[in-house]
Amino acid sequence: MIAEIGQFALLLALIIAAAQVVVPMVGAARTDATLMAFGSRMAVAQAALLAAAFAALTYGFVVSDFSVSVVFQNSHSLKPMLYKVSGVWGNHEGSMLMWVLILAIFGAAVAVFGRNLPPTLKARVLSVQAMIGVAFLAFIVFTSNPFMRLDPAPFDGTGLNPLLQDPGLAFHPPLLYLGYVGFSMAFSFAVAALIEGRVDAAWGRWVRPWTLAAWVFLTGGIALGSWWAYYELGWGGWWFWDPVENASFMPWLFGTALLHSSIVVEKRDSLKSWTILLAILTFSMSLLGTFLVRSGVLTSVHAFASDPARGIFILIILLVTVGGALSLFAWRAPTIRGGGLFAPVSREGALVLNNLLLTLACATVLLGTLYPLILEAASGGASRVSVGPPYFNATFAPIMVPLVAAIAIGPLLAWKRGNLKAATVKLRIAGVAAGGAIVITFIAVPGGPILAPFAMGLAAWLAAGAMVEWGSRIKLFSAPVAESWRRLTGLPRAASGMTVAHLGLAIMIAGITGASAWRTELITTLAIGESAQAQNYSLTLQAVENGRGPNYNFERGTFLLTDRDGDTLLMYPERRFFPVAGQTTTEAAIKTTLLADLYAVIGESRSAQDAGQKWTVRFFINPMVPWLWLGAFVMVGGGLLSLSDRRHRVGAPRRKQRPVPGVSGAPAPAE
Amino acid sequence: MRRLLLILPVVLFVILIGVLAVLTLQTKEGRDPSLIPSALLDKPAPEIQLAAVSDDIPGGFAGADLRGRVTMVNVFASWCVPCLAEHPLITRLAEDGVPVYAINHRDSAPEASKWLKVNGNPFTAVGFDPEGRASVEWGVTGVPETYIINAEGIVTFKHAGPITAKVLKDTILPKLREAGE
Amino acid sequence: MRHFLAIFAIVAAISAAGLVTGSPALAVEPDEVLADPVLEARARELSKVLRCVVCQNQSIDDSNADIARDMRLIVRERLVAGDTDDQTVAYMVARYGDYVLLRPPFQPNTMALWVGPPFMAMIIATLALLFFRMYQRERVASGSPEPLTPTDRAQLDALVDKLAAEPRRPRRQSGLRAELEQPFGSTGSGGNGSDNPAT
Repeated sequence: MIAEIGQFALLLALIIAAAQVVVPMVGAARTDATLMAFGSRMAVAQAALLAAAFAALTYGFVVSDFSVSVVFQNSHSLKPMLYKVSGVWGNHEGSMLMWVLILAIFGAAVAVFGRNLPPTLKARVLSVQAMIGVAFLAFIVFTSNPFMRLDPAPFDGTGLNPLLQDPGLAFHPPLLYLGYVGFSMAFSFAVAALIEGRVDAAWGRWVRPWTLAAWVFLTGGIALGSWWAYYELGWGGWWFWDPVENASFMPWLFGTALLHSSIVVEKRDSLKSWTILLAILTFSMSLLGTFLVRSGVLTSVHAFASDPARGIFILIILLVTVGGALSLFAWRAPTIRGGGLFAPVSREGALVLNNLLLTLACATVLLGTLYPLILEAASGGASRVSVGPPYFNATFAPIMVPLVAAIAIGPLLAWKRGNLKAATVKLRIAGVAAGGAIVITFIAVPGGPILAPFAMGLAAWLAAGAMVEWGSRIKLFSAPVAESWRRLTGLPRAASGMTVAHLGLAIMIAGITGASAWRTELITTLAIGESAQAQNYSLTLQAVENGRGPNYNFERGTFLLTDRDGDTLLMYPERRFFPVAGQTTTEAAIKTTLLADLYAVIGESRSAQDAGQKWTVRFFINPMVPWLWLGAFVMVGGGLLSLSDRRHRVGAPRRKQRPVPGVSGAPAPAE
Repeated sequence: MRRLLLILPVVLFVILIGVLAVLTLQTKEGRDPSLIPSALLDKPAPEIQLAAVSDDIPGGFAGADLRGRVTMVNVFASWCVPCLAEHPLITRLAEDGVPVYAINHRDSAPEASKWLKVNGNPFTAVGFDPEGRASVEWGVTGVPETYIINAEGIVTFKHAGPITAKVLKDTILPKLREAGE
Repeated sequence: MRHFLAIFAIVAAISAAGLVTGSPALAVEPDEVLADPVLEARARELSKVLRCVVCQNQSIDDSNADIARDMRLIVRERLVAGDTDDQTVAYMVARYGDYVLLRPPFQPNTMALWVGPPFMAMIIATLALLFFRMYQRERVASGSPEPLTPTDRAQLDALVDKLAAEPRRPRRQSGLRAELEQPFGSTGSGGNGSDNPAT
């Protein structure tokens, strides 16, 4: 019964979405306030209906209603509750439902919080948002219905991949979808602005917070997924340049570019056509990712149960939405008048450089990801190549180095016309920090990859550069402390957010460098009581015990780690066997310290006569890896800080004494 | 010029969608992205010497044995369920006079020998490959796999996965005929 | 305990240099490891660029599939037999094709892949250059004033500083306005008379 209610809500949502495409658009064309107001109500109703449908599906998972096909295929009565719930989005149908739910929630958010938007723009945004909604709701209803019943109902479910039964992974998909789908807002605003024929600084100000929110979610989602791979897959890998990882990374790269170019639109009324194009491209990358994961055209560890028929459907959606938006862009872009001029060396110039390099990076990742497919299609299946991590590392890093170097300089340049010399003078300290980091790394870690110390220098350069910029904003050391304090408290949160996010990036670069350059590993077999040496440490297998978890059996090793001073540490890696799925997972024991992760894994020995006598032991020292996650965390924090800026809060009543001067083309007055 | 620049994204995008559509349609009609074309096609069959599984199974063969007439090489294992499914069709091919050689992949001699006795042994010779080394020489990626070798000892065709009646009729038989010409 | 961890972390970071192997390895089993550390290190490097042919985008170094193990053992065999790295890779390519290479070779059918990024970089650089040429033209056309000479700049900065130092400003600036102009001002004053080694 509940499933049928869900089904009904889903269908109703499709109908309402279809109406939401037409009504506000017509209302905007006729400047009919009543019709436009209907759009807002429909957006809210659509979100409420989809929330009901999602709740119905969740209920099915929670009570283990195996007469629902999706529940049968992806859940099991013995599964812990958290994973029953996360099972809702751990499959194709449920995750698509979550996808449209998030889309509708974003739409409803515009309806509710967008009170200060010009009514016609708001109506058109809602209409475009509903177009995407209709497409994906139709996709769900016609190809991936989550409420399909089974008759007779099976007694128990077929479980969920045990690798996915992990708290990290339970929240990875929702965050990722919030990011992917969040970029739909930028897309809708871009298309609405093209229809409206008006792109101004105010438009930039409305788009920025949505883009920023999506970026924060996507950053968090990617980092969480990477962290999960690191601790769950049992060998400490955290990024594999897998096509599906790339599919999440490409919207991130474009989204980051969009985040920066929309600042130029907001502050300087410039780069408008480009920003519109970026908004379209960013969301098209989200859709492309959806296609790659679900169509079955390529193999990936992350792919859902794939179905080419669904792939065709998504391709049609892509063609209509993105193809349509790009055509609209080609038609209307010439009417967008460029705004404020600026010199090559200026804040705008630096942001343009940021955009160019991020676009190049994204194009490179796209080329590498799709090249095997393009070649296969071009050669009629005769030529197959692989494009793996060596390619991406070789092409991506050279693009990132100048970008990171420039990040420290850009914020120090003035709008319109910057003084590179003055900025360089200010960055002397950062130069010293970079040199210091290089020398210290060379001395501390001799013999490693030759480029690693320079990468650490780059991280130090960026971190110090971000601090210098922050310091100059508050006139640290160049003004009395009281004056600095006053400036600090008056500092816009968006500015502090930028500093924090850039610091996060610096921390992450240090983490990436350490993790890929200076790893130590020990692979051996040990019997109980035996020891092995890794560097100056001695690892002793003290005991191995067996036990039962909620829905698995485990084998747990107890390792005693002794350093050369005789200090000790106990580690307990596990191997878990899930009888329902017939699968084994490894649970690494990880001790995180300030500068490194100690990572221990236990496995069974290959040779049969060792069974129960000896175990395969892997012990890794992963330097700097904690910095990776810390960096991502700090970046997200910077994004949130910036998002909390008063001027970003959509719908927050603007204070009287804070008019917006210097903004040309004020929003259209409400008729 | 500016117009052209603006239309460029649309054109590139449509081309991209076209490529993806072709592949998706092919996938719908049975393209398997995890299967790779054999690197041995149009190259001589590997000159690898394989021992017999056991004394009572005719076996052991080398690259030279595959010359002089069209032959097939089938990779199988007793633990492989699809191999059992395709076995009757392999048997029929052998009965029709196609010499079928077998590589017994990653198996134990007693198991393989038992399997051949229970299910019948249509093979001209069975080579024992417990370590999977011969499979690597042949570029095998999984079991079962079937190769067609022409009279000059050149590999002309590879099929990955079990041979079904449809595969036999639509590809294997035509390819055998082709190899004989 | 905390002391131990801190020390450990530092020493770990410092001592990690000795055994640089780089990449993860769930797959490599203790019984595969060669006695000769130099050969073993070469084998590991090669394992990272060879794709496990039955896996989804994993190198044979990362995969625990049977075939990945076979391929790892063969790589080690070839190295022990005295093959060079290139010969070993060629051996694999002869059997499994270019597909086995995670770093695609530079050849006609992968030309676009390798030339693509630098080519795109050139296009982007050209477009950026054109854009700034256009900017120059528009600036002249729109009659914007020429940039200030360093001397003018110093004089202007001095004037601005003087005005700013006066107790009462003629017009109170809005918060946003101040924020908008602040970086401009701060950069400008950074280059004023006192610390600017003006020519």
